[in-house]
Amino acid sequence: MSTPSGTSMRTARRRVSGLGSARSGTEHFWMQRVTALANIPLLLVFLGILIAVAGSTYEEAHALLGRPFVAIVMALALISVTNHMRIGMQVVIEDYVHAEGPKVVALIGNIFFCAAVGLAGVFAVLKIGFGG
Amino acid sequence: MSQTPRSIDRPLSPHLQIYRPMLTMMMSIVHRITGVALYFGTLLLVLWLVAAATSPEAYRLASAISGSFLGLVVLFGYSWTLIHHTLGGIRHFIWDTGHGLGPEWREVMAKATIGGSVALTVLLWVVIWIVKS
Ligand code: HEM
Repeated sequence: MSTPSGTSMRTARRRVSGLGSARSGTEHFWMQRVTALANIPLLLVFLGILIAVAGSTYEEAHALLGRPFVAIVMALALISVTNHMRIGMQVVIEDYVHAEGPKVVALIGNIFFCAAVGLAGVFAVLKIGFGG
Repeated sequence: MSQTPRSIDRPLSPHLQIYRPMLTMMMSIVHRITGVALYFGTLLLVLWLVAAATSPEAYRLASAISGSFLGLVVLFGYSWTLIHHTLGGIRHFIWDTGHGLGPEWREVMAKATIGGSVALTVLLWVVIWIVKS
């Protein structure tokens, strides 16, 4: 069996995928755009809600934040934003942190931070929404 | 496959020690700085939400902090940062279609982003002031 590149162990499928040592292609670029697009309407509503809530009492705030539409938009906004900022910060880390150890620590820390912030926010929204 | 061509004239990416500062380059850096600032701003938003979900006392504390002078300054800064980053993102969308990359348009769009973000931020706070007072 002779392959175009001689004795390479890589399969034809591996070569045609065109992914080198970076192990990925345009997924990050694309998801950065998809989440950015989603961020625009979601954050517009999110900020409108925050402005409406500002200065109100605990009961008023819970009544407004507990409405299904408000809670759903806030949860969606939190999911979109925390994904967007995780991908974005990963690029920033890869650009500036070159030593392998600190880079891995920063990349993992970024994932943990965004997951924790996103989950805490969604949990808070759901708790208020379910009347807790 | 084992032979690597010796010298390829690859284009250099903008580098601080090589290029004089230009408006478009500053805009690129500002997009990154605003993105990182918003990253930590999200944490503040979520802390406020968690306080609202915890107890009336925690909610009152969070409201007092965000309604204080310092809190309002941070919120004002956050709103400009978000608006500027969003306009910058829309600029990226235009570039992604292949438009607006020429010397003339990228300059116009850079200035529109700065002017637009300042104008929209002021407008937003005028609206907030009218609605809330
Ligand atoms: C609170 C909300 C947001 C946060 C925390 C955030 C955070 C970030 C971060 C950390 C980056 C990486 C910066 C870099 O690589 O230089 C980024 C990039 C980006 N953001 Fe956002 N962002 C937010 C909202 C938005 C919105 C509303 C848009 C709307 C258009 C947007 C569009 C973009 C785009 C297009 C990029 C990629 C730029 C590039 O490829 O160089 N972002 N964002």
